[in-house]
Amino acid sequence: MSALKEERSIPKFGAFYVLEARMKAMLKFFWVIASIAILNPVLYLVSIGLGVGTLITNNIGPNGIDGVSYLTFIAPALLATSAIQGAMDEVIFPTLDGFKWAKIFYGINSTPQTGSTIAAGVFLTAMVRTVGSVLAYSGILYLFGAMDSPNAYLAVPIAILAGASFGAVMLALASHVNSEDLFFTIVGRFVIGPMFLFSGTFYPLGTLPIGLQFFGWISPLWHATELGRFATYGHHINATMLVVHSLFLLAMLVLGLIFAFKQYTRRLAK
Amino acid sequence: MSENLIEVRGLTKKYDNFVAVDGIDFSVRKSESFGLLGPNGAGKSTTMRIIAATSQRTSGEVLVLGKDPEKEGPQIRAHLGVVPQQDNLDIQLTVTENLYIYGRYFGLSKKFVKSKINDLLEFAQLEEKRDTKVETLSGGMKRRLTIARSLVSEPDILILDEPTTGLDPQARHILWDRLFRLKEDGITLLITTHYMDEAEQLCDRLIVMDKGKIMAEGSPVELIKRYSTREVLEVRFGSNRNAEVAPVLEQLCERIEVLPDRILLYTEDAEEVLENIVGAGHHPNTSLVRRSSLEDVFLRLTGRSLIE
Repeated sequence: MSALKEERSIPKFGAFYVLEARMKAMLKFFWVIASIAILNPVLYLVSIGLGVGTLITNNIGPNGIDGVSYLTFIAPALLATSAIQGAMDEVIFPTLDGFKWAKIFYGINSTPQTGSTIAAGVFLTAMVRTVGSVLAYSGILYLFGAMDSPNAYLAVPIAILAGASFGAVMLALASHVNSEDLFFTIVGRFVIGPMFLFSGTFYPLGTLPIGLQFFGWISPLWHATELGRFATYGHHINATMLVVHSLFLLAMLVLGLIFAFKQYTRRLAK
Repeated sequence: MSENLIEVRGLTKKYDNFVAVDGIDFSVRKSESFGLLGPNGAGKSTTMRIIAATSQRTSGEVLVLGKDPEKEGPQIRAHLGVVPQQDNLDIQLTVTENLYIYGRYFGLSKKFVKSKINDLLEFAQLEEKRDTKVETLSGGMKRRLTIARSLVSEPDILILDEPTTGLDPQARHILWDRLFRLKEDGITLLITTHYMDEAEQLCDRLIVMDKGKIMAEGSPVELIKRYSTREVLEVRFGSNRNAEVAPVLEQLCERIEVLPDRILLYTEDAEEVLENIVGAGHHPNTSLVRRSSLEDVFLRLTGRSLIE
């Protein structure tokens, strides 16, 4: 007993222990997560990459958009999308479970852990999944020949940044949720859907009328896609926009985490 | 550090316009089993959460292990075991995994936590269920696991919020037996309950709370002595006649409480009172002689029952 008393103090990196626990819970769903991470890209690449890609190649030539193949053009966008979706699932469900369904956060908060360490632990777990999903996806892209440019690997860290930025914001939003039905409807129909369609994923954003381009400007997916295209095959971006894209993603990440840490703390103290 | 592990002075908690806890004072000594008895909504759980450093007070002073929970929450929580009113186990994980991760939240080493698990499983009588997913456990098993989980860090104070609410009688008795063992081991217990039998079984000392205020403080025996008589006679004349005979019965005992379904007569000798009632020509449908309990104390203090 006495040995323990001396040893017992506040853990230094509390979030690490929350990460450890969340990993245990997440790995119970390993095969579900792995299937999503692998099936999603295969379906997309077959239907859009090859299907739509062939249509585009037949009509405007093999290097129709940005002077690269259609697969190379959409690869950074698909990678960022997978990062965003993986991160989103892994912050939303545990947050709702923690505050509302099984209320496990209240149990964790009865230990030396705080709202911030719990939020950080959930976020880090989502990042583990995001990294795993992005790596799996990029492996499949490689097999489909969509990663053939020399700098293609740079799309990986950019996609992870996109996942982190969006995940941080969703972490903050989900921690406010009381009625999940409405939340899922709004996120699914009015955020994820439009974001995927209006972020220059399948065609350059400039193709859209200016009024609709607005959706892209506020979409982390567009900013990440632009950065990814720049890094992987030298898609032209001026220096200012390079900074804007990077700052946009970093700002989402930082502000999302700040608000998430605050709201986790506030909600647990209620 | 003083002998008191918990000191509460003038504690107040307000939610908007509602006063949940209204300026209460009490202290809990080392190795004591201290109870907060009162009906739902009396402010017990709110008080507990403030002491457990998971909720902020509006005003007053609170010291737990000599520290202010508002300033040193994590430091205090490192020394507490908390059993909340509603189980918040990780239902996706197994029994053993729940114990393991909980110990890890305290920053305890893997080796230490693993060395504790067998003892805790034995304590909770869950050895057979060690690899079972928590989702499939019965209510009583989940409760015992929650208590075992709170002990993984060898806490100085164990805080239990309504430990047996929602359990069947058998599960309650198993749980009381487990808690009694902890009490014998000298661990300081802080228990909220709205069951008077639970308070009588487990608490050395308690406060009776109602509407955010403390109505009385003392040991169960002291409180019964102070606020009730030795015995109680419960009689039923049928709901129509209870009020009718009450004035007559009032003459035959020290104090009377007329409830919707029955009449309670407070006296030192209930058998004698019953004989006198019958002698006076009144024949109750049913009668019961019993010892006074904390329920009677609460009724006396507030004019209401604990469980409504």
